[in-house]
Amino acid sequence: MSDATLSGATAPATAAKPVAFRGGGFAPRPHRWVGFVVFVVLILIAEWGTRAGWISALTLPKPSDVLATFGELYQSGMLFKHLGPSLARLFVGALFGVTVGVSVGVLIGLFSYVRAGAVPLVAALFPIPKIALLPLFVIWFGIGEGSKYALIAFGTFTPTVVATYGAVDNVDRTLIRMGQSFGLSWWSIVRKIVLPGAMPGILSGLRISLAIAIILLVAAEMLGAEYGIGAYILQAGSLYDLERLFAGVVILSVLGVVVSALIGLIERRVLGWRT
Amino acid sequence: MDIRLDGISHSYDGVAVMNDITLDIPAGRIVCIVGPSGCGKSTLLRFIGGLERPGQGRISQIGEPPEGCLNPLTYIFQDFALLPWRTVEGNISLVLEDHGIKGARAREIIGDVLARTKLTDFAKALPKQLSGGMKQRVAIARALAVNPAVMLMDEPLSALDSQTRELLMDDLISLWSRQPFTAVYVTHNLNEAVRLGHQIVVLSRRPGRIQEVVTIDKPLDQRQFGDPDLDEKQKYLWQLMRDEARAADAELINV
Ligand SMILES: Nc1ncnc2c1ncn2[C@@H]1O[C@H](COP(=O)(O)OP(=O)(O)O)[C@@H](O)[C@H]1O
Ligand SMILES: [Mg+2]
Repeated sequence: MSDATLSGATAPATAAKPVAFRGGGFAPRPHRWVGFVVFVVLILIAEWGTRAGWISALTLPKPSDVLATFGELYQSGMLFKHLGPSLARLFVGALFGVTVGVSVGVLIGLFSYVRAGAVPLVAALFPIPKIALLPLFVIWFGIGEGSKYALIAFGTFTPTVVATYGAVDNVDRTLIRMGQSFGLSWWSIVRKIVLPGAMPGILSGLRISLAIAIILLVAAEMLGAEYGIGAYILQAGSLYDLERLFAGVVILSVLGVVVSALIGLIERRVLGWRT
Repeated sequence: MDIRLDGISHSYDGVAVMNDITLDIPAGRIVCIVGPSGCGKSTLLRFIGGLERPGQGRISQIGEPPEGCLNPLTYIFQDFALLPWRTVEGNISLVLEDHGIKGARAREIIGDVLARTKLTDFAKALPKQLSGGMKQRVAIARALAVNPAVMLMDEPLSALDSQTRELLMDDLISLWSRQPFTAVYVTHNLNEAVRLGHQIVVLSRRPGRIQEVVTIDKPLDQRQFGDPDLDEKQKYLWQLMRDEARAADAELINV
């Protein structure tokens, strides 16, 4: 019997067929250049379309014109005059919102009374469009920087809380039991086991929070801002100056990509232990 | 330091899981607890280590833990419970930091326990780089670092393949022979029980009661793989357990 199958290769009746491959996939690998190529191709198509005329100048500005506007902005020194205050607002607001958000999230994760009290509150705050509250913040914190920080802080706070307490819930309980069984103090367990264990979830929440912060930056600069990327975009928008509008939008996109890359960098440094 | 269990009973949500367990754990001996799954072995071990409170009964320690003992009752878990973000060294230093042991003294202790568990070359490795057997050796090293009076081991070798298990049993025996420690060793593997146990406590199915305590007098370092005396004991244990195990297996799990 086994002889027959072994010599089967010589028998024409049982033709050998390679086993079809059906594994693979579902394992994303980094191909950094692909994203870059997608950008370049889209921009080239837009350039071609606007030059050839099958995209009208009212639909989309010429990418090369946008670039020229951007160059002007850079040369006149206005770029940094706008970028500086925006980055400061983003940094202060997000830092505040994320710090408070992570703290509240950890408390919700650790104490059942805090959870019972705060989770419904967070659920009530989450769906409020924060932009709608801008006038309120202006009354509370003034038309200056205060209301802008508050809007960005508030906007980053809720998603950070939700991501953080979810992450704390997902920390391996056996590790916490282990800490207790070795007599670690409560504070040591939180600092050395709960927080590092929650870090992956907190960082992926941070990605979302910071994207929201950039969105809210523009909203925050709608009222009482002379300089800032948002102010620049809004001015251009009200004048239907599409080149400047797009130059501003590109700056925001680049900001988003940079923030996302920074978080990726932090993840690679801090989460190298993950399998 | 001895441990005494006195009339321990417990139920979860009205379901009795153990019934009137009275047991002495003498210093310097390894007491194995065997029993069908769900009979309350892990629960009993959590009671002994103070991670949970029994419904009835008392657990007392008799005598003081030896000098220099940082954590008298120390666990070794089935799933290792290593912090994946800390190196081998860092995982051991974790349990020293809270006792204020840092710097040179910590390095000395870590060096010593790593040498005893043959892990010196892996001090800087992360858990993800280690095999299962090595992870459990790290957990053993971590337990040794706090100089425990009693080691509480919950199926420490059950997540490992049988060859690794043999190797680690040899390691445990040589550790014990060099410096006898007290241990409560929970397992469902009767072979481990007869190789490592001075006393083997057989529990009935849920609610767990002590069915019999089997004593093996042969010194640990003379118990070889495939020893006929041990096989005899193992067969006897299996006879004790077979009907219980079958009944436990056929029970509905009403959790
Ligand atoms: N925290 C708990 N809550 C409710 N029931 C539990 C809990 N822990 C264990 N049990 C139940 O108690 C019984 C004994 O569990 P366990 O001690 O884990 O058994 P073993 O380790 O012997 O397999 C099982 O029926 C289990 O379902
Ligand atoms: Mg168990």
